[in-house]
Amino acid sequence: MSTSHVISSGRTAHESSGKICRYTLVERVHHWIGAFAYIYCLITGLAFWSPYMFWLAVLVGGGPVARFWHPWSGVAFTLSMLWMYKMWRGDMMTTDADRRWSKAIKQYIENDDQNLPPEGRFNYGQKFFFWLMFYGVLLLLISGLGLWFVESIPWSLRWLRYTAVTVHVVAAMATIGGFIIHVYMGTAMVRGGFTSIIRGEVTADWARTHHRLWYEQVTKGTSAKE
Amino acid sequence: MSQATLAIRRISGHIGPAPGEGVERDYQVCKLVDTTTCIGCKACEVACLEWNGYQFTDTVFDNSYQTMPQTSWNYWNLIKFNEHEREDGSITLLMRKDQCMHCAAPGCLAACPADGAIVQYTNGIVDFQQANCIGCGYCVSGCPFDIPKFNPTTKKMFKCTLCVDRVSEGLEPACIKSCPTGCLHFGTKDDMKDLAETRAKQLRDNYGIEKAGVYDPAGVGGTGVIYVLHDVTNPEAYGGLPKNPHVPWVVRFWKGPAKWIGNLAMLGGILGVTLHYLRYGPKEVHPAENENGGQS
Repeated sequence: MSTSHVISSGRTAHESSGKICRYTLVERVHHWIGAFAYIYCLITGLAFWSPYMFWLAVLVGGGPVARFWHPWSGVAFTLSMLWMYKMWRGDMMTTDADRRWSKAIKQYIENDDQNLPPEGRFNYGQKFFFWLMFYGVLLLLISGLGLWFVESIPWSLRWLRYTAVTVHVVAAMATIGGFIIHVYMGTAMVRGGFTSIIRGEVTADWARTHHRLWYEQVTKGTSAKE
Repeated sequence: MSQATLAIRRISGHIGPAPGEGVERDYQVCKLVDTTTCIGCKACEVACLEWNGYQFTDTVFDNSYQTMPQTSWNYWNLIKFNEHEREDGSITLLMRKDQCMHCAAPGCLAACPADGAIVQYTNGIVDFQQANCIGCGYCVSGCPFDIPKFNPTTKKMFKCTLCVDRVSEGLEPACIKSCPTGCLHFGTKDDMKDLAETRAKQLRDNYGIEKAGVYDPAGVGGTGVIYVLHDVTNPEAYGGLPKNPHVPWVVRFWKGPAKWIGNLAMLGGILGVTLHYLRYGPKEVHPAENENGGQS
């Protein structure tokens, strides 16, 4: 994927103020549709998961309301995820840069970033998270349909009911693990990331530090054009 | 449906014990269904509808005497008919009154996430409390007898209450009261067990029905509905009565160890990122000059 994610008309303006467009409006909108839908599913899902967290359902209108909207919110999350897949699929393919970077993941975790191999628009960890959520939500949707319409599964195929429960729980737990790390990194660990998914912009220094190859690609594109 | 004056033994989706648990003791109540004297008249089906205030609704005819394929949210009591071929090739019609079994260890209650949506009284009756039901259908997965049914209008689950509103007032369940052959009995679990064993022995000794026996499956801790069957080795022939029912192991794992593995994993994740932040803090953005300086 070249620089399709950069708004060419806005690029000059961003560049002149030292800002680079990291996420277009469409990308941000879909991220946040997905985020809110997922968080709603998370809150209500945790309420159904354990009696110790059933009070979470009360926060969002009570058990029956939570039960009614949980699957629909899941559908909304799936749709936003499919859109993100359409937008980012190309950017999320593993590259040679990722392979080099992943060998130095320990340095990345320990914030020893000076000597990290340069990464493209998304680093290997972000790509891993993307595919975790992508396959996670597909499993959650399929197994969720089994839970949603449990009575439609005939008694003779009841093993499907039990499989649905198992898959839903395992997939939910996997995405929750990814979600915790995603939120932590996007807000606390990588400062500027949260702003970028809200307003779309990052500073040139930020881009150069965290996504050097992408930064070079974007800026070179600009200078070559002008 | 009605808590009446009964004390509660178990509560679904509930933290801690049931209030007053163990304070009162009560007789375990039990229905005895003698399939060898059932004539399939369906009086119990009608009595169930009448007492619980349901209309008779459209149903499915599938070349059988059976009213409908299975119980539904507003039809809790169903005689299952099965044309069974004996070993000698002759045909017999097996009839079994199907309803909630009121398990001593109820899978529906174990699976239910809503506080107080399913309760088990000290007398053994397992009862759905629709006011607390969220309509998730987890009880469907928990039940080894495929009994809980969803009302799509109210989005609540329903099933046989064992006429808890009658029993708590000292009356027998409506189905029992209506039975014309006396194949249905109601009393304490001990008395019904005795009666059932006596009847089974009578069938074996006096009628030569060698495999006659009592169905009171241990896998769910025994049930509040027990059957006398002509052939206790083949309960499946009686409209799919499971041979060795138990709460599905998936449900037991899901509501048992998985809960704590999952909770610890989530807590571990939150703890992990917190410790990471305390140890390493946020990443720094390096200004262009530094970058170049560092590299040259």
